[in-house]
Amino acid sequence: MKIVVCIKQVPATGADKRYTDDLRLDRSNVEAIINPLDEYAIEQALRLLDDGSVEGVTYLSMGPEQASEALRRALAMGGDGAVLITDPALAGADEWATAKVLAAALDKLAPDVALMGMASDDARGSLVPGAVAAMRDLPLLSYGAELTVGDGAARARRLSAAGFDWITAPLPVVATVTDQVGEPRYASLKGIMAAKRKPMETWSLADLDLSPDELSGGALTTVTGTRQSEEKAPTERIENLPPAEAAVKIADWLAARKLI
Amino acid sequence: MTYLPTADHDELRAMVRELAEERIAPRAAEIDEKAEFPDDLKELLAQQDLLGTCFAERHGGTGLDTIAQCIVVEEIARADATTSLIPIVQKLGALPIIQAGTDEQKDRYLPRLASGEWLIAFALTEAAAGSDVAANRMRATRDGDDYVLNGSKRFITHGSVANILTVFALTDPEAGGRKGMSAFIVEADTPGFAAPRVEHKMGIRGSPTAELTFDDVHVAVANRLGAEGDGFKIAMATLDRSRLSIAAQAVGIAQGAIDASVSYAADRQQFGQRVADFQGIQWMLADMASQTEAARQLTYAAAARVDAEARDLPYWTSSAKLVAGDTAMRVTTDAVQVLGGYGYITEYPVERMMRDAKITQLYEGTQQIQRLIIARQLLQRAGIAKRGS
Repeated sequence: MKIVVCIKQVPATGADKRYTDDLRLDRSNVEAIINPLDEYAIEQALRLLDDGSVEGVTYLSMGPEQASEALRRALAMGGDGAVLITDPALAGADEWATAKVLAAALDKLAPDVALMGMASDDARGSLVPGAVAAMRDLPLLSYGAELTVGDGAARARRLSAAGFDWITAPLPVVATVTDQVGEPRYASLKGIMAAKRKPMETWSLADLDLSPDELSGGALTTVTGTRQSEEKAPTERIENLPPAEAAVKIADWLAARKLI
Repeated sequence: MTYLPTADHDELRAMVRELAEERIAPRAAEIDEKAEFPDDLKELLAQQDLLGTCFAERHGGTGLDTIAQCIVVEEIARADATTSLIPIVQKLGALPIIQAGTDEQKDRYLPRLASGEWLIAFALTEAAAGSDVAANRMRATRDGDDYVLNGSKRFITHGSVANILTVFALTDPEAGGRKGMSAFIVEADTPGFAAPRVEHKMGIRGSPTAELTFDDVHVAVANRLGAEGDGFKIAMATLDRSRLSIAAQAVGIAQGAIDASVSYAADRQQFGQRVADFQGIQWMLADMASQTEAARQLTYAAAARVDAEARDLPYWTSSAKLVAGDTAMRVTTDAVQVLGGYGYITEYPVERMMRDAKITQLYEGTQQIQRLIIARQLLQRAGIAKRGS
């Protein structure tokens, strides 16, 4: 039983994000980290490794060469090996191209579970897991608060409005987990030292039998502009009023927005 | 010899800093207020392999170089000086075993220290023998295959929480402390050993500083370190190396105070501008930072000489401890000044850092003892040392 965790290197949360002239994220001089939501996928995979449900955890990332740092950091937390897909033709890849490349790599690695975080901290498209599952014609177990594997199936516990659901699918599957799986572990010093000796392969598009043409130059979508998100209107406070007066104010506020 | 931190050192610093900021710093005020040994953080450090950095890999450690060991202490002390004493004392207590222990002694004790399963303490100081180590009075009398230890120790860091201790006692009282003292490994559950009292302290309040009593404590001859009479030599060789940890701790405390000051000065508004925009404050911050950087680099320079087994090691480690300790005291005092009234209250960490900094001028040799050591080294270099010093 084998898990491949797909991770993405992103600019540090809170870092000042800049764009190049062709509206790509400028990755130079920005501190890069493992996408924080992917750390939950790593933690989930390592817990399955710890409890003996799986025998191996491999990490897969697509990105520039420096993304190998993210893979090393993941290996320091645990796991056996890593694969970095890097190719000049992939610069500016969008969700579709990313999914196509990851799907090809996962076909080659053939894990029982391809595990991902629920979104990336930079683009937040949340499209890649579903696209990878569709391209590989596999079931998608998404947004798991917990993932278990055994008896030829994977089960995800997904929070719902009423409580939670258990969703089951036969292996192999593509799955995503949320921050409900539990806090990601810190890499230990021995983990960091051991990670330097763990195998890391680098694959190009040619290694996946993909050509730049098949990827339409890396993207189906075009970024036409960027802007800062709008600041939220200041919070309106109703305070220091007798309860009856406060209740009327709240009711008026809701009525004005046709909420009651 | 190179003592510029490498990429590995930077990676280690980032790892320890993340852990210290997220898990240790939030506990620091509580540890100080309650004066409780942070068992939880000892477990955390053990889990992250940060108590085994001075031990060889064959003993379950990570065998880091001395600069790396300093970085670990520095980054923990930046968040909390008390917690940084856990790796510091683990090394201090173990150095006599690492330096003078037999293979059997090392195999028996070092793996449990490297993993953090056991804590160790270094029991040298006595009530009447602080700086004057040779004035020690505790006795170890040979009795068949055992020694029988009688006497007491004072100011022993972790003395009440350690599982084992390296203890120094006179085997030949006639010869005195210099020639007649021997070192022993004592397990804390040996009958007759007790830690009846811990001190109430100004700083490093979560780190128990214990008084120890030895009442007919039987220790096997197999647990003697080195030969009879080697005790003083072993203690001095230990302190020549261990005091560098105090230099690193002092640098860490100072850095913590600088970071707290910068962040406060950037936030606090007075007279219509940020406190950080006043030149008077900028000059203070600049002095604090540059002096701390000098202390840090001297500490690394000394650390590189530990690994290079430099002959004049005491000159370097004493200089680093002297400069770093005084710097930490000055920088933390200035940090309180930068924060003004807020610096004096427990809502902000700098008053604690100022109280913690003071100990770095006192323990593992007072600043005055460091000056004596440095001066003796100078005289030795000039070929005019007093015989026997």
